[in-house]
Amino acid sequence: MAESNVKVLGTWASPFVMRVKIALHLKSVRYEDVEEDLLAPKSELLLKSNPVYKKIPVFFHAHNPICESLIILQYIDEVWTTSASTILPSDPYERSQSRFWAAYVDDKFFPALRRLVIGATEEDKKAALAEVVEGTVVLEGAFGELSKGKAFFGGDNIGFVDIALGSLLGWIEVIGKQCETKLVSEAKTPRLVQWADCFSAHEAVKDVLPDVDKLADFGLKLRAKILKALAPTN
Amino acid sequence: MGEEVTFHGMWASPFSRRVELALKLKAIPYQYIEEDLSNKTPSLLRYNPVHKKVPVLVHNDKPVAESMVIIEYMDETWENNPFLPRDPYERAMARFYAKFIDDKLLPTLAKLGQTAGKEKEETIEEIHEQLKVLEDELKGKQFFGGQRIGFLDVVAMILVWLHLAGSITGQKVLSTEKFPLIYEWIERVMKMEVVNECLIPEKKRQDWIQLAQKAPKSASN
Repeated sequence: MAESNVKVLGTWASPFVMRVKIALHLKSVRYEDVEEDLLAPKSELLLKSNPVYKKIPVFFHAHNPICESLIILQYIDEVWTTSASTILPSDPYERSQSRFWAAYVDDKFFPALRRLVIGATEEDKKAALAEVVEGTVVLEGAFGELSKGKAFFGGDNIGFVDIALGSLLGWIEVIGKQCETKLVSEAKTPRLVQWADCFSAHEAVKDVLPDVDKLADFGLKLRAKILKALAPTN
Repeated sequence: MGEEVTFHGMWASPFSRRVELALKLKAIPYQYIEEDLSNKTPSLLRYNPVHKKVPVLVHNDKPVAESMVIIEYMDETWENNPFLPRDPYERAMARFYAKFIDDKLLPTLAKLGQTAGKEKEETIEEIHEQLKVLEDELKGKQFFGGQRIGFLDVVAMILVWLHLAGSITGQKVLSTEKFPLIYEWIERVMKMEVVNECLIPEKKRQDWIQLAQKAPKSASN
């Protein structure tokens, strides 16, 4: 079903933008894809539509901008209710568990991943690596609990937690290659390895999966930009 | 069906207190367990093995952790006095600003106690910028939730705490001139009995200020 006034301001490389697109694909909502160049100065549209954070993704529906990917996902779930696919489960307790684990991905796992990339010293990176690996083990446990023997955190179909974590898989692979380590390993997290394959092959996901080599190249440029911004100014 | 609600909290934690406020606003009977964060109960560790933090709500032996997750769970389970608006866009806005408080304002406030001199001035500037975002959100409204107290008001109680801290330390980060709407909101909510019940009791406020100035890493979410 074609929807007018549905727009995603983002970039192909951002996992957070990817989340929004997966959600829209799940709901069969067509949207306009507006690319923001993360290596260039921020666009007027971005600065105007997300003055608080000045970050992508920004989701537009009927000219209303909504920011923060997990908030956007819930909005999409609450607006497009006629779709057979739901992003959050219907039971309140299960919803709370999905929200808890998605928050874990964003508040604990992702920051550790980020520290692994921009860590200043070898020691920082080593500590971050340990945290990331520990995180994957915790998530392996969460998968066991939430999936209840099915293929996804969301059960039979991908849901909130699948999208939150799955969107990071491209970067996880790129960062892992840089550290010469498989961050999601068969040895420690066999279920996650299997889940990652199922997630990546999903109808709603495969077309927005970034090319890993292209991502790696982009990552180097972005890392340089971030480090430059973090460096003390004169 | 028997509804059994227990709540693990801590008197000085804003995250814990906001869940308490939510429980009271919905008039949900609960058993309270005060946690000594230097000596956590085995049940807290069992109910929140991932973070080992307060607050944790346990409903019919099923635990929910993370204050925002808990409040949304409560809103979906006990439908009286709804916290979140019905409209999806307004819900998204309430969630956005609530997250802004937790991700930006609270960490900056926590930093304040640890800084001095020029760094302190810069931190205060940052806080003012963040407070301006919330000040703007109150335009034309009695509460963040509109006509009645809602999700964002519950999360924004930290502003009342900031005001109380200012009265005690004499350092007024929250000025009436710069943030008149926030001030009006504070006066309005402080007239509510439930809000007062969830503030730091007067006799403990000095202890609380000292605690806030000591520990940068919180044990609550």
